[in-house]
Amino acid sequence: MSARYFGASVARSEDARLLIGQGRYVDDIDMPGMLHVAFVRSPMAHARLKAVDLAPARAMPGVVAAYTMEDFAGLAEGPMPPMAPHPLIKQPLTCHPLARHELCYVGEAIAMVVAQDRALAETAALAVMVDLEELPAVADARAALQPDAAPVHLGRDSNLLASLHTQFGDIDAAFEAADHRLTETFATHRGGCHAMECRGVVASYDQREDHLSIYTSSQAPFMVRRQLANYLSRDEQTIRVAAPDVGGGFGPKANVYPEEFALALGALKLGRPLKWIEDRQEHFVATNQQRDQFWTLEVAFTASGRILGLKGHGIHDSGAYAPYGVILPANALVCFPGPYAMQAIDIRLDVALTNLVPTSPVRGASRPNVAFILERIVDKVARHLGHSREAVRAASFVRAAQMPYFTGGVARDGSRVSYDSGDYQVALDMVLEKIGAADFTTRQRDALKRGKLLGLGLAACVEDTGIGPFEGASLRVTPRGKLVIATGAAAQGQGHATMLAQIAADVLSIDMADITVEAGDTGRFPLGLSTVGSRIAVTAGNSVHVAAQKLRSKALHFASLKLEVGADDLELSEGAVQVKGVPGLKIPLADIARALAGTTGVPLPGGMEPDLAATAYFESSGVTFAYGSNACEVEIDTETGDTRVTRYVVVHDCGRMINPMIVDGQIRGGVIHGIGNALFERMLHDEQGQPLTTTYGEYLLPMACEMPNIEIHHIETPSPRNPLGVKGAGEAGTIPAAPCVISAIENALEFQLGKAAPFITHHPVSPLDVVEWLDGGQG
Amino acid sequence: MKAAPFHFHQPATLAELAGLLTSLSNARILAGGQSLVAMLNLRLVTPDHLVDINKIADLATLRQTGGTIEIGAMVRQHTLLHAPLIAQHLPVLVEALGHVGHMQTRSRGTIGGSCCHLDPSAELPAMCALLDAAFTVNGARGRRIVPASDWFAGLMQAALAEDEFLESISITPWSGKHGYGFAEYARRHGDYAIVGAGALLEADGEGTIKRAALVLFGCDTAPQRLPQAEAALVGTRAANIDFAGLAAAARAQEMMSDAQVTAAYRARLAGIMMHRAVKAAQGRLNKERP
Repeated sequence: MSARYFGASVARSEDARLLIGQGRYVDDIDMPGMLHVAFVRSPMAHARLKAVDLAPARAMPGVVAAYTMEDFAGLAEGPMPPMAPHPLIKQPLTCHPLARHELCYVGEAIAMVVAQDRALAETAALAVMVDLEELPAVADARAALQPDAAPVHLGRDSNLLASLHTQFGDIDAAFEAADHRLTETFATHRGGCHAMECRGVVASYDQREDHLSIYTSSQAPFMVRRQLANYLSRDEQTIRVAAPDVGGGFGPKANVYPEEFALALGALKLGRPLKWIEDRQEHFVATNQQRDQFWTLEVAFTASGRILGLKGHGIHDSGAYAPYGVILPANALVCFPGPYAMQAIDIRLDVALTNLVPTSPVRGASRPNVAFILERIVDKVARHLGHSREAVRAASFVRAAQMPYFTGGVARDGSRVSYDSGDYQVALDMVLEKIGAADFTTRQRDALKRGKLLGLGLAACVEDTGIGPFEGASLRVTPRGKLVIATGAAAQGQGHATMLAQIAADVLSIDMADITVEAGDTGRFPLGLSTVGSRIAVTAGNSVHVAAQKLRSKALHFASLKLEVGADDLELSEGAVQVKGVPGLKIPLADIARALAGTTGVPLPGGMEPDLAATAYFESSGVTFAYGSNACEVEIDTETGDTRVTRYVVVHDCGRMINPMIVDGQIRGGVIHGIGNALFERMLHDEQGQPLTTTYGEYLLPMACEMPNIEIHHIETPSPRNPLGVKGAGEAGTIPAAPCVISAIENALEFQLGKAAPFITHHPVSPLDVVEWLDGGQG
Repeated sequence: MKAAPFHFHQPATLAELAGLLTSLSNARILAGGQSLVAMLNLRLVTPDHLVDINKIADLATLRQTGGTIEIGAMVRQHTLLHAPLIAQHLPVLVEALGHVGHMQTRSRGTIGGSCCHLDPSAELPAMCALLDAAFTVNGARGRRIVPASDWFAGLMQAALAEDEFLESISITPWSGKHGYGFAEYARRHGDYAIVGAGALLEADGEGTIKRAALVLFGCDTAPQRLPQAEAALVGTRAANIDFAGLAAAARAQEMMSDAQVTAAYRARLAGIMMHRAVKAAQGRLNKERP
């Protein structure tokens, strides 16, 4: 295959439409007779719901209907089905689409009001009378597990949802063999996803067809259909769920939400199309977040800086429910031991319920949290021994010669974790060279003359990407010779349509302009899972590749019959099958498509199957592991504690790159997300579980003015686990960014304070922290 | 996040505006809308009437009358930032304006809107306090002038009656060779400051300070002038300013705290920002401006 598109920074085919306002997001969808929904939400973190009086709302101008869960009796009942049941969760814990008797977090939906427009619906929602009895609330995951903690849910005897465990090797032997041991405690915090487009749903029901249609701003429309079908006891083919253009997902949109179900129930009940668009304030209390993990870990290491083992435990804040099971905490345990070869680990993670918004993965899921812990531990070991940070990494890395490397850990699917390829040391060496680590101390001294403290940060990472089992793809040539690619994998702005078309265009020698991609719509493709975990290039990308090969063979076979030429003497060129070396002798794909579309009474040649089309569900022969090393410089104002990231360098290996420009965009956005986690984003609650940061004046997202130029370098080690040799890149920027920035802050403080510099164990770090360290020299 | 229902009015003249404010109750004036529209959508304010004054041309004038600069309440922040008249006579205002929101919000936001909204951390009301601005208030009962010292009636509360509106802000510039300084700290560019400070100095040819004005903002419910510290500066040599004393005076002011910023950190910033503002003013004193 002579690559023309694969590997090239092809301009994104999505962009022209999106940039001139021609995108079609959920809120752009309008239907005749459509009504608008506003939700009545819990003002308390924990309360008994004693009564709801909808009458005042129903009497308001423009109001067509108002519902509580009781109004849907006969359509459906009970809590929503769990998306990811897990044997350790003995009692599934999901909410009702609209709460019944108990409210467990601020923002939980109680009732819905349907009106002629959203403003009227909001006004009427304020008129709904809700009788609540406040109950004690738990707003901290550590407090939740104390023996005297109030119950997060009435009737549950413990706030411990599940206790997860991972271990391999002989931990006691590893600790006995070690020259040194250290124990450290960590508090990691991540906020929400804050996609540019909040969530939104349009639901409509066609009574004559008995067909329910849902548009939702989702990463997982097929999962929404599956769960909705279960909940409504309907067959899946009577429901269509489509994700139109989606303005960012970052994880939380891979859930099935109460509002999706409530809108479906409302549309079934009322028989009119309903629209709900989540507003920014709702986003802070109604869309899943990630928030806190607290860890205490002990590390064993040799005098030469080789890390032998890790043991300890953590507490994970699940929030009030577990709609996505224990995906997020389970993911955390899979991330150990990171890029380091260890003899043994033994780590437990307790999943605590709190009266806060439920949690589920945000970009990187738990990987950024664990990368933070591992990289901090490595830095600590270096400080303890007086070695450089890079020396301890070099002593502990999994080596290229060990690939494929079995870590000893077990993946979520029960398989043994094995890193497929790469050279972690090369990435580290390269990033040190690119940032100019060798003459950093000169820059550090120069900065001091300007009254600024300069710090150099370092972080390595490895990331499991491309998890199976599949995202399939169908390719079909139309009678006009155009190619249509259909896939279940929904896109949220990543450039899937461009990336998938690049793959097909090369195999079939079709111009990119002649390819369209239909994605994330249950009406256009039979199966799909979810756009999560940096998996679409590996899964859908390879499915497109395999399907394109099949389609190519079919076209060649047809031409071989027609032209009476051996298939080996044929090739695809410019949308036609061509006899090699005989320019005039060719059959356009359009002609083959028309012939295989059939004519009544005319047999197909050679007994061929109809339709110039092919479908593939590529199943990866194992997870692909991307990796990299990052380095950055921060500049600290010693008076205010203000901390700016001034330089950021990424060295990353995601295997063969389909579109380097798209990869760079993913990484750059990811780094910014990670810098936000390091310095800015904190979702605060008071002790009663009331959220304190519910506007962008209070919840600080990183903005352009605060971001450094991000320099990106690639290593391309093809993955041996799929035909394209690709690995995922969607979360790569985020995972090591927070530890990299924090490492730089600590490095700057060491320059000023020497041994008295704190060991930083939490993020985000605020300027208040920094001045406290500068004043007191204590962590 | 949709506003509660309200009646919308769009007067074209000052007289019409005055009449509306007399006849309507629970009315809010809409200027640039950069704070009010968000507050309306959050239903933090629920007026029965919204009176849009964007069509009143008389409110959008910027002119020099005698020794005074008169800024109409509806002059956009963007206009002020780029007006040669302001750059020449009120350079500290230009420096502050660079920190007010972002280009997009400055294109709509007005000086009058900011000075009536009175966020404690806002730059423009603080600069008006620093420059001893005079607020011209108008209404059916006639015009009156409110000095800056009386303008700040409480937290986010200007000295305006329900039937009055802010017509213009008059500022008498300091001498051509005055020194000016502005400093603030915000986590992100364009945010409301956590703490900011402004300083103006005038000195004679010998370098003895003859006049000084200092302001802090973001610390308390309204901008704080530091009259004792100002008085202490007058008569001292500009070269011998007691910066430590000034910083201590700034730190000793009343300080708020909130969920994210302690009073102690605000006090620390107050000292730093005051130092930086006065240092900048000192450096510019008696210098020709380009």
